[in-house]
Amino acid sequence: MVTSKTSVSVLFAGDSGDGMQLTGTQFANTVAVYGSDLNTFPNFPSEIRAPAGTISGVSGFQLQFGSEAVYTPGAKFDVMVAMNAAALKANLKNLHHGGIILANTDGFDAKNLKLAGYGEENNPLEDGTVSDYTVFEIPVVSLTRKALADTGLSTKNIDRCKNMFVLGTLYWLYSLPIETTIETLRTKFKKKADVAEANIKAVKAGYNFGDETEMFSQHGRYSVGPAKKQPGVYRRLTGNEASAIGLTAAAKKAGLELFLGSYPITPASEILQTLSGLKKWGVKTFQAEDEIAGVLTSIGASYGGALAATNTSGPGLALKAEGLGLAMILEVPLVVINVQRGGPSTGLPTKPEQSDLFIAMFGRHGDAPVPVIAATSPEDCFYSAYEAAKIAVEYMTPVICLTDGYLALSSEPMLVPSPDDLASITPKLSKARNADDPPYLPYKRDERGVRDWAIPGTKGLEHRIGGLEKQHETGNVSHDPENHALMTRLRAEKVERVTDIIPELTVDNGPDTGDLLVLGWGSTYGAIKIAVEQAIAGGCSVAHAHLRHLNPFPKNLGEVLGNYKKVLMPENNSGQLIHMIRDKFQIEPVGFSKVQGLPFNEMEIEAKITDILKEL
Amino acid sequence: MTDTLSKLTAKDFTSNQEPKWCPGCGDFSVLQQLKSAMADLELNPEEVVVVSGIGCSSRLPYYVATYGVHGIHGRAMAMASGLKTARPELSVWVGTGDGDALSIGGNHYIHTVRRNLDLNVILFNNEIYGLTKGQYSPTSKVGLKTVTSPNGVVDYPMNTVALTLGSGGTFVARVLDRDGKLMREIFKRGAEHSGTSIIEIYQNCPIYNDGAFGVFTDKARKADTTLYLEQDKPLIFGANQNKGIKLDGFTPVVVDINDASVSKDDLWIHDEKDFNKANILSRFFDDPDASEDFLPRPFGIFYVEDRYTYEDALDEQIAQAQAGGEGTLEELLAGPNTWTIK
Repeated sequence: MVTSKTSVSVLFAGDSGDGMQLTGTQFANTVAVYGSDLNTFPNFPSEIRAPAGTISGVSGFQLQFGSEAVYTPGAKFDVMVAMNAAALKANLKNLHHGGIILANTDGFDAKNLKLAGYGEENNPLEDGTVSDYTVFEIPVVSLTRKALADTGLSTKNIDRCKNMFVLGTLYWLYSLPIETTIETLRTKFKKKADVAEANIKAVKAGYNFGDETEMFSQHGRYSVGPAKKQPGVYRRLTGNEASAIGLTAAAKKAGLELFLGSYPITPASEILQTLSGLKKWGVKTFQAEDEIAGVLTSIGASYGGALAATNTSGPGLALKAEGLGLAMILEVPLVVINVQRGGPSTGLPTKPEQSDLFIAMFGRHGDAPVPVIAATSPEDCFYSAYEAAKIAVEYMTPVICLTDGYLALSSEPMLVPSPDDLASITPKLSKARNADDPPYLPYKRDERGVRDWAIPGTKGLEHRIGGLEKQHETGNVSHDPENHALMTRLRAEKVERVTDIIPELTVDNGPDTGDLLVLGWGSTYGAIKIAVEQAIAGGCSVAHAHLRHLNPFPKNLGEVLGNYKKVLMPENNSGQLIHMIRDKFQIEPVGFSKVQGLPFNEMEIEAKITDILKEL
Repeated sequence: MTDTLSKLTAKDFTSNQEPKWCPGCGDFSVLQQLKSAMADLELNPEEVVVVSGIGCSSRLPYYVATYGVHGIHGRAMAMASGLKTARPELSVWVGTGDGDALSIGGNHYIHTVRRNLDLNVILFNNEIYGLTKGQYSPTSKVGLKTVTSPNGVVDYPMNTVALTLGSGGTFVARVLDRDGKLMREIFKRGAEHSGTSIIEIYQNCPIYNDGAFGVFTDKARKADTTLYLEQDKPLIFGANQNKGIKLDGFTPVVVDINDASVSKDDLWIHDEKDFNKANILSRFFDDPDASEDFLPRPFGIFYVEDRYTYEDALDEQIAQAQAGGEGTLEELLAGPNTWTIK
């Protein structure tokens, strides 16, 4: 008996040493190659080695896959793999009522029960705690040991394969092929053939267990078909990887060298890590002594003619503020990718939030506007980084690209674009001059208000610039009051003109006019998308529009807002974009904040939509 | 400009901006020697960038007719590091002060020194904050009365040369603003050195700390308070070149070389490649006004070491990664693992 499903959300949860991230990643790769759409999200403790067996040591990997478009890892999961008691305790509240639990009973012994805080005598599998769920009790460790007994590996090494046993069982349960994982294991353990074979054996044993055991006979298997996706070549990327690739692609497309000055910070470090491995593409990464040096080395590289970027998270953005002001007044290109996390201060380093919008917009001294864009999905991190680079280079300005800890670590399939599909990026370089040409004017502007980029090494363009206010056109130091007013205005107008190259806001879903518009930005895209879809299906007059460009806004934003009776604005902060919208358009949207270090789920937003529509 | 251009002079490195330093400021001398050194080095102005932070001395880029960037306080070394990493072929000079480099920019200073990018750093040390009008700096002498130390400075002063050696510096020199000829020579040696060249200049601020280095420049005293380092030459100083330095174990001792019991062969011979001796020399940091029994302050090149530069090592890694050909945009976009949906 095979039951067909349109989508399933799975959580792999275990101790941080149980290999749950690897297991989840393998499962994700398999469903991707199989053709389902998917979205993944890892959830691990901020401590590197939290005490084994405890709640704080639980590491999880959640993914949702489906035969229709999938936008989130799922508000709640349908299936949970619990490798120990702590994993069950930490995650049970997020399992759908009636959901499936695959429990490794070897992780529910007296010691594990005690460490999980249940008490040695209280086994949740036996005391009614899980009576509302379908529970499959599998002694994973014992079965793995039995299956691998003849491999000659030590018990310790055999036990390391237990996650592959569970993975095999999951493949069986969801009628998925095991070949993708087998191939990956062969490649991953190329130099350790015995380890590769043991892991493969464990996957097969887990799969065969599904066939052999009586356990599932009542229940049967499931299948989730391939999704109808645009034909083409796909890859799977996390948001941070996508940001790194987006920057590199932009440099290639612009014919520039990519330089990243950066200081490690959670959850942004993978951008530095990914780029440090792209030397084949000529990428230069500079792991600086601090966040300030991260941005200043980038400004130096930008002055030298590189496409320069820096990546960080909230605390680092605060430290880079003075440098951003310098880049702004110098008018050199610079991309800042800020992966938002719960703040202020150290806050919740591993948890997502959208609370850096204000610092991105206003966090510099002096009048120093910069373009700000925000990615909506892991895949969109690629396009946002790319677009940030295009704006930075073509408008000679720093640009802040906001992602967050949720997008950074989530992954989804990305249709691999062809280089020709990517927008052109045209640096405006000054040409060499002869001695008898008129003096070079580094701050002469074109009709868009953009100055040229004069790269050292170019004959005849020797010029001196700095953070002191500059005389219009000549760039010489000037304290003239009228000049300062003029330059302040020209710099702001230039940023405002970026609106000419950004697309108008389109309504993502729903009617062009109606009762309610849900206006989101950044990573809330998936949750709002589903919530609005469901509300529309329920007959509500509701639409969804999502802002990627936060400064400047798309030209038609005011018009779109005016087409609805009410505007709802969900934000993972205490209400930041809503201030900007109120200020600019003098309307009174309904704010909806969530500041728990967790992304919105679609149910919360749908409930809010229903509430508002009731009052209308 | 044509290829047949005659040799450039200091004038060719003079920008159209009038220096806005106070009359009598030691910075003028540094600017003049820098431009002369650049001409002597036959640098091409379009391939030179002068980078600076904030402070009186950090106005330097505006006055040199090359490329230049005047950054923010303390960050000149970081900005120059990014520039040099991106563009190793440029000749990059840094103008910075004692406050800029050693206080607000201290972190960038030590890390730049250890990375050993090929930068030429001119550290104008006037032992005071001039641009902000006279507060004490990290190199001010203990007891100095300033607007922020009306009862005298309590902070113990930083020893630039010792700090630089401790940070892994590969070229460390000190010179007085008045010693124009020596300064020019050291600028040239520093430029020719492959790595971060730290050139500390004792620079007089006539407004807020006038005479800070008087003990080393005063005609009557300088012979006894200063020691000029010359490669392979014994350490000799004094009014009649009558004093020498010898090492008693690791302890430097001043001896009278006219004393019959002292042999010239016993004197310390300066070797700029000797790290241990450079470290001992860096500790010749007595204040001649504070004790009778002081060692003279050394000037010249303390230490030179051949070591790989950061930018060369990075470029080497890139060259290795590209040995099989540079990555294409197509390869980048596709990544290592793809699947096809038909």
